[in-house]
Amino acid sequence: MATISQPAGQPLRSPRSPEIRETYLNASSGLRSWLFTVDHKRIAWLYLMAISFMFLIGSAAATVMRLELLTPQGDMIQAGTYNKLFTMHGVVMIFLFLVPSIPAVLGNFFIPMMIGARDVAFPRLNLLSWYVYMFGAAFILYALVTGGVDTGWTFYTPLSTTNYTQNVVPTALGILIVGFSSILTGLNFIVTIHKMRAPGLTWFKMQLFLWSLYATSLIQVLATPVLAITLLLVAIERTLRVGIYDPALGGDPLLFQHMFWFYSHPAVYIMILPGMGVVSELISTFTRKNIFGYKFVAISSVAIAVYGFLVWGHHLFVAGQSVYAGMVFSVLSFFVAIPSSIKVFNWTATLWRGSVSLQTPMLYALGFIGLFVVGGLTGLFLAALALDVHLSDTYFVVAHFHYVMVGGMLLAYLGGLHYWWPKMTGRMYPEFLGKISAVVVFVGFNLTFFPQFVAGALGMNRRYYAYDSEFQIYNVLSTAGSTILGLGFMLPLLYLTWSLKFGKLASDNPWGSEGLEWKSATPPPTENFDEQLVVVRGPHHYTAKEQVVG
Amino acid sequence: MGEQASSIAGQIDILFWFMTLASAVITGGIALALLFFSIRYRRRSENEVPVQTEGALKLELTWTFIPLILSAFIFLWAALLFVRMSRPEPNAMEIYVTGRQWMWKAQQPSGQWENNELHVPVGQPVQLNMTSIDVIHDFYIPAFRQKQDVLPGRYTTLAFTATKAGTYNLFCAEYCGTQHSRMVGSVTAMEPRDYQAWLQGENNAESPAARGLRHFESYGCDTCHRQDNGGVGPTLVGLYGQQEQLADGRTVTVDDSYIRESILNPQKQVVQGYGPPSRMPTYAGRVNETELIDLIAYIRSLGGQQQEQGGGGDDSLPGAGAEETPGTGPNSSTDGPKP
Ligand code: HEC
Ligand SMILES: [Cu+2]
Ligand SMILES: [Cu+2]
Repeated sequence: MATISQPAGQPLRSPRSPEIRETYLNASSGLRSWLFTVDHKRIAWLYLMAISFMFLIGSAAATVMRLELLTPQGDMIQAGTYNKLFTMHGVVMIFLFLVPSIPAVLGNFFIPMMIGARDVAFPRLNLLSWYVYMFGAAFILYALVTGGVDTGWTFYTPLSTTNYTQNVVPTALGILIVGFSSILTGLNFIVTIHKMRAPGLTWFKMQLFLWSLYATSLIQVLATPVLAITLLLVAIERTLRVGIYDPALGGDPLLFQHMFWFYSHPAVYIMILPGMGVVSELISTFTRKNIFGYKFVAISSVAIAVYGFLVWGHHLFVAGQSVYAGMVFSVLSFFVAIPSSIKVFNWTATLWRGSVSLQTPMLYALGFIGLFVVGGLTGLFLAALALDVHLSDTYFVVAHFHYVMVGGMLLAYLGGLHYWWPKMTGRMYPEFLGKISAVVVFVGFNLTFFPQFVAGALGMNRRYYAYDSEFQIYNVLSTAGSTILGLGFMLPLLYLTWSLKFGKLASDNPWGSEGLEWKSATPPPTENFDEQLVVVRGPHHYTAKEQVVG
Repeated sequence: MGEQASSIAGQIDILFWFMTLASAVITGGIALALLFFSIRYRRRSENEVPVQTEGALKLELTWTFIPLILSAFIFLWAALLFVRMSRPEPNAMEIYVTGRQWMWKAQQPSGQWENNELHVPVGQPVQLNMTSIDVIHDFYIPAFRQKQDVLPGRYTTLAFTATKAGTYNLFCAEYCGTQHSRMVGSVTAMEPRDYQAWLQGENNAESPAARGLRHFESYGCDTCHRQDNGGVGPTLVGLYGQQEQLADGRTVTVDDSYIRESILNPQKQVVQGYGPPSRMPTYAGRVNETELIDLIAYIRSLGGQQQEQGGGGDDSLPGAGAEETPGTGPNSSTDGPKP
């Protein structure tokens, strides 16, 4: 990208011990300096800690479920416990991990740096968002430890408004509160990207990560309030017995599904667009080229965000929606796939005549493309009306969205974390172990979720705690795969932690990237850059001359 | 895709395999391209800088329009098939199904109730009219490639024609609480002759219309709805399938859902000339779902448009053609419309 005018006499950066220079990490110390920080980089770390913890909780639930599913009869835990586990897995992974993951951690850290700003537009609001998130998370965790909820993360009515577990209300309130954190973060990013760009950084000079997070923020701000209303009405119906969704009280059960998916389909894009942004950065850096068809990829992010609001009805094909409504939502859903396919083709074309370096982040990025393609194409199976009748609510759906959410978003998150780790910590992660982890995750993931496509196509229902024995083989494979996948996730957790103290010191720009964020020192000082950047060139513009700086 | 046992299963599977093949080609193509480029254009020296490519409009348009056309094609294919499988056959045999936590009940046209089982004749189009007593369930028969949510407070329908005798899994596919995974059963498709024999063996039941008549009397409906139209309410004879003129100016077709609403929520759709307000009391909370089904069967048996083919006064559910309908057994004398 983005050349910056470098005043003469500016020292050339080289690897150095972070202790010598003042950085955002050593500018102040003590727990208070972290808990009350308004530095976007430190807030990113607060989120990183919190969501890693949530990921562990969500994974623990998944582990117990996979063990139970080893045998067709329910023998290890009780049906009710199983139902609470998958509810917890869904709620924690979606609302407490995936939605905040890339935006709140990598976005917080790098949006200001990629636009050459000192911080986000509202640093204090940024800190407040984290506290709101923690407060909401506390509600949800409280509900989980005091008996749990067994409605599924979808909270379908009238089950959720009549069912016996008392924890539906605290969980719903927790999600509502976390939603506000999401809205505030989105708002902050939108204003930041509009108002804080360095001189010369026009919209089409922005890195694609910024475009995708901008699109994500739009969804967060516009869709999340609908979720808040939906869940508030569930709480009201439950506590005050006002008839909104329950036909016994004069309500309409389908109303809930329409409102819920009006948020939750766009939310799917909250959970994949940021991943697409990360992958665009990774591919640019590790091919030393700007993304092929940059403008199309940039615009497609916004197109996905806007268009994503029109397809919620594809979750209701067999729910009692009319045939004609089904047809409209089906055709719209097919077309929402187009912007995503444009991205995939352009990423692939970027490698063409590039300078491809298969470092760990790039391996994760390539894994992302493969799994996202499978996830996206199987989504079309579910958008195809006649086929969805057979496949909906089976393991085919489970496999489909795990390919998108885990194979897509989680791989992008891990790839991004490895990529920016040197900038964030000043240390390199061990490259060899990194490559191993990328391969192990990829293999484990496919072994876990591919058999679920088969089981689903054969008619195995999701949310079944005991199942027909004809499906056992696929479940055994899946459980075996999830063990490998679990190991694949443990590995980065261990070596990244290890590298905080023992990793090789990182230079300012170990990958030779032209991303603007790499123009800062490693780790960056509190104010990110020593002088005001002026951007004169488009994103990720690599020239032989520039290489000298890198 | 598993065993095929319904008239549409084969067509669904063709679509499935077509999409699988197309997806495999696309995924394979992209994977190969990535692999090839990664090797062919691998970084050879640390300071290597490749030629910067901007992108090409023609290429962008190509890979926008080819997926677009392919999508449109698959959409149409799947949508047409969907329309076909959602539309019930005119001569379908109608079976009422109720779901509740955590079991299925199905009622044969001749009145037998089955729990977690459903027997249907092979080759005969069947339409299930389904409702739930509590939360949302979903009636799913993988071998028939058919499923439909079952909602409280309204009827949804599911149509199929079994093509192969055998016993097939029946699952509840919408999460409905603790024992959701135990809300399973079986659908048995039988050769028409076996089906008849099975019905005879089971046949100790009163027909639904006959039971409906009993409810009609015990709930006092007959005091207002008299055959001669001389009561407080309109006569229900010949009502079913008609266009009803409502007091608020709308016209509605009298079907199961309309009758259900009329009984549970009379003020919502008031017949022209009878209010508003309707003088009919609400029966919500008094009449349960099985009684409702019986009452509807009774009102249908009083005649109406669809009734003609079955012959007036026949108590069997309309649409169940004469050949498929088993003899009504010893109860037939009590079945007809109220004299
Ligand atoms: C107190 C008198 C009364 C009783 C008892 C009564 N109804 Fe009604 N019913 C009416 C009146 C008046 C109307 C017309 C106004 C309206 O549409 O609500 C009506 C309308 C109907 C309709 C719609 C008729 C049409 O022409 O569209 C149906 C069906 C019906 N009643 C069924 C029943 C059933 C079944 C019962 C017993 C469970 C019952 N009614 C009990 C008075 C009564
Ligand atoms: Cu969706
Ligand atoms: Cu169920």
